[in-house]
Amino acid sequence: MGLIGETIDSIKSIQIRQLLTQAISLGMIVTSALIIWKALMCVTGSESPVVVVLSGSMEPGFKRGDILFLRMSKDPIRAGEIVVFNVDGRDIPIVHRVIKVHERENTGEVDVLTKGDNNYGDDRLLYAEGQQWLHRHHIMGRAVGFLPYVGWVTIIMTEKPIIKYILIGALGLLVITSKD
Amino acid sequence: MHSFGYRANALLTFAVTILAFICAIASFSDNFSNQAPSAQIQILNINWFQKQPHGNDEVSLTMNITADLQSLFTWNTKQVFAFVAAEYETSKNTLNQVSLWDAIIPEKEEANFWIQISNKYRFIDQGHNLRGKDFNLTLHWHVMPKTGKMFADKIVMSGYRLPNAYR
Repeated sequence: MGLIGETIDSIKSIQIRQLLTQAISLGMIVTSALIIWKALMCVTGSESPVVVVLSGSMEPGFKRGDILFLRMSKDPIRAGEIVVFNVDGRDIPIVHRVIKVHERENTGEVDVLTKGDNNYGDDRLLYAEGQQWLHRHHIMGRAVGFLPYVGWVTIIMTEKPIIKYILIGALGLLVITSKD
Repeated sequence: MHSFGYRANALLTFAVTILAFICAIASFSDNFSNQAPSAQIQILNINWFQKQPHGNDEVSLTMNITADLQSLFTWNTKQVFAFVAAEYETSKNTLNQVSLWDAIIPEKEEANFWIQISNKYRFIDQGHNLRGKDFNLTLHWHVMPKTGKMFADKIVMSGYRLPNAYR
């Protein structure tokens, strides 16, 4: 009861200048997060420098909820690398290991076949209709490092969007009612 | 300044920072391990060697793989993923790598092994260039840590050759 009374009191005593200052600080926090994200994209050369593992197809190495750090370079793609790729027409990236590489002589184009460590068969079933190989433009990055469990935050917020709204609402309330 | 909210916030920030720092140190310590793995692969038999209906060559072979990968394990290692790939060159392709077998080694004790097995994945060429082809068998390994940077390396064994005629 005291907390609610305090909150109502502090909402009544809001000043415009203070509110604007807090709105700007919130805006600064959001923008610096965006700047860091874009800078990471530049440094790693990949469109998505960090991905969350969504399925169990690479267990026991990567479990659902781990995050992977990616890097993309002009180096040729070789067998054994863990790559993240998008299949045409699907927007969820897949993280699997390269098991076959056929690289052309002159053009440097490459045919790649991938497979999840924990899957029985290769990924031809996941590729687009009639597609037998992945090419360089499908691949968004190579996994170079990982952190366990941290990705669960993203998975929960994606699968239960109500939690996202609750969090943002609570943050907004905190910003408005805190005195500094 | 001393409300529950502020204290919880400070505690959480500190805990996350310390955790991130510990993960970074754990990963960094992997750079100091001395790694001296060894391996040997012997081809026991070419089971069959045919040209598929759509024109590509395919081989089935039985291999004897001996390896000691125990020195790759550190306290920050979750598993070592080992695989054997056949590497060769053709007139159309500068490099072909075809994975023949792989295994997940979850513990140090299991990293010293001997296995006799036929190829787990099909050895299919793009074309029909495999007759009399020289190729390398490479044992690759990928150390997957409990946290942090992953390391990969390989041992290349050369001198293998496919037969000159289909059988």
